Amino acid sequence: MKELILVIIGSALVNNIILSQFQGLCPFLGVSKKVDTSLGMGAAVIFVITLASIATNLVYTFVLVPLGLEYLQTIAFILVIAALVQLVEMFLKKNVPSLYQALGVFLPLITTNCAVLGSALTNVSKGYNFIFSVANGIGTAVGFTVAIVLLASIRESIEDNDIPFNFQGSPIVLITSGLMAIAFMGFSGLI
Amino acid sequence: MSKCVERIYNGIIKENPTFVLMLGMCPTLAVTTTATNAIGMGLSTTAVLVFSNLLISLLRNIIPDRVRIPAYIVVIASLVTIVQLVLQAYIPSLYSALGIYIPLIVVNCIIMGRAESYAAKNGPLESAFDGIGMGLGFTVGITCIAIVRELLAQGAFFGFEFIPEDYHITLIGLAPGAFFVLSILTALQNKFKMPSATNGSVPQSSLACGGNCMSCSGAACSANHVALEEVRQVELAKAAEAKKAAAAAAAAKKAEMAAKKAAEEAAAQAAAEKDAE
Repeated sequence: MKELILVIIGSALVNNIILSQFQGLCPFLGVSKKVDTSLGMGAAVIFVITLASIATNLVYTFVLVPLGLEYLQTIAFILVIAALVQLVEMFLKKNVPSLYQALGVFLPLITTNCAVLGSALTNVSKGYNFIFSVANGIGTAVGFTVAIVLLASIRESIEDNDIPFNFQGSPIVLITSGLMAIAFMGFSGLI
Repeated sequence: MSKCVERIYNGIIKENPTFVLMLGMCPTLAVTTTATNAIGMGLSTTAVLVFSNLLISLLRNIIPDRVRIPAYIVVIASLVTIVQLVLQAYIPSLYSALGIYIPLIVVNCIIMGRAESYAAKNGPLESAFDGIGMGLGFTVGITCIAIVRELLAQGAFFGFEFIPEDYHITLIGLAPGAFFVLSILTALQNKFKMPSATNGSVPQSSLACGGNCMSCSGAACSANHVALEEVRQVELAKAAEAKKAAAAAAAAKKAEMAAKKAAEEAAAQAAAEKDAE
């Protein structure tokens, strides 16, 4: 149990997927203008990464390993993830329309997001079993959500500030992310 | 032949993926700690890009339009697996340095973007040269960033250290430094009004995903487009509705005002008539 918690904290804060691994940067910079949208994106990412960790782990243990095809993991995972996202989208549209309205826009956007494939590959390279894979997936996704919501709230509050012309737009966002990365480096003493 | 040279010029200078289009940010920030890593990453991406453009261009009349994105993903993922195995066999040091970022070439926006916007519409030779140009442009871009970061953080040039350790800025080599270096780069582009996707001075239509990583959310460019288009439609409809409501409110107010005015005028007239009497 203690190890499980350590894995979750490790992947959410210490090795934050965005601020120390640089995966999933595009949505981090693109969908962080408003807190509401970033919360929606974060929720969609938590949903997809958790399901993807389950699916890729099952595919790896029960299909690729018995057949001796571990070297095909990249192809297998990206296809599983793409199919899974499509399936989830169709399922939600038909059966849970309220959730679909909240997450629907973001689902196709994260089909081939680095973070989803990255966490699936990390699970394999670290040799995690089923439960640890799911824990690592949830931790990674929570880390993504924390980072994107924090950035969105900072961006909302600096919107009216007097920023020098050259730093308007993306430079100030990148500087903000850099400062957040420094803050997140402080978590490395946790484990 | 001049067309091929033009593609290479276009990739390295005119539409440089790192400096101008701002595509493939994840590897740009992650592997630019040393110049050697950056060159390795750039050349691996170039190899994948050239062969994916070539294969997709050859297959462009066979792949049905509806399943083209999954088909492209399979082609790209197979090529990335080949590159990964070759690196593991022949350059194990680079393989371990780049780690997870080699399989992540699959989801690099540049590769999918070029497949969708160029290789799917042009012949194999031009597409291959387009891949070479774009790949070399990416290599040059991330190597430049890596040289700056290596110089500041480790005082070295391609591993050759010549600045004493007291003057090293270690932070630049760590994760936050990557963000800072990139922000200074984009700020300089703003300052000198250079073409860059981040200050909106690049025509966005030539790339499938809009060519703007700041508003792009992954490599599924066409899916992004559809989703974003839907959002835009909804927003437009909302705006139109709001405008209509505002116009109706204004019209109602106007009518009210007019009625009031008319009543006042009538009263004034009545008063005037009374006075006259």
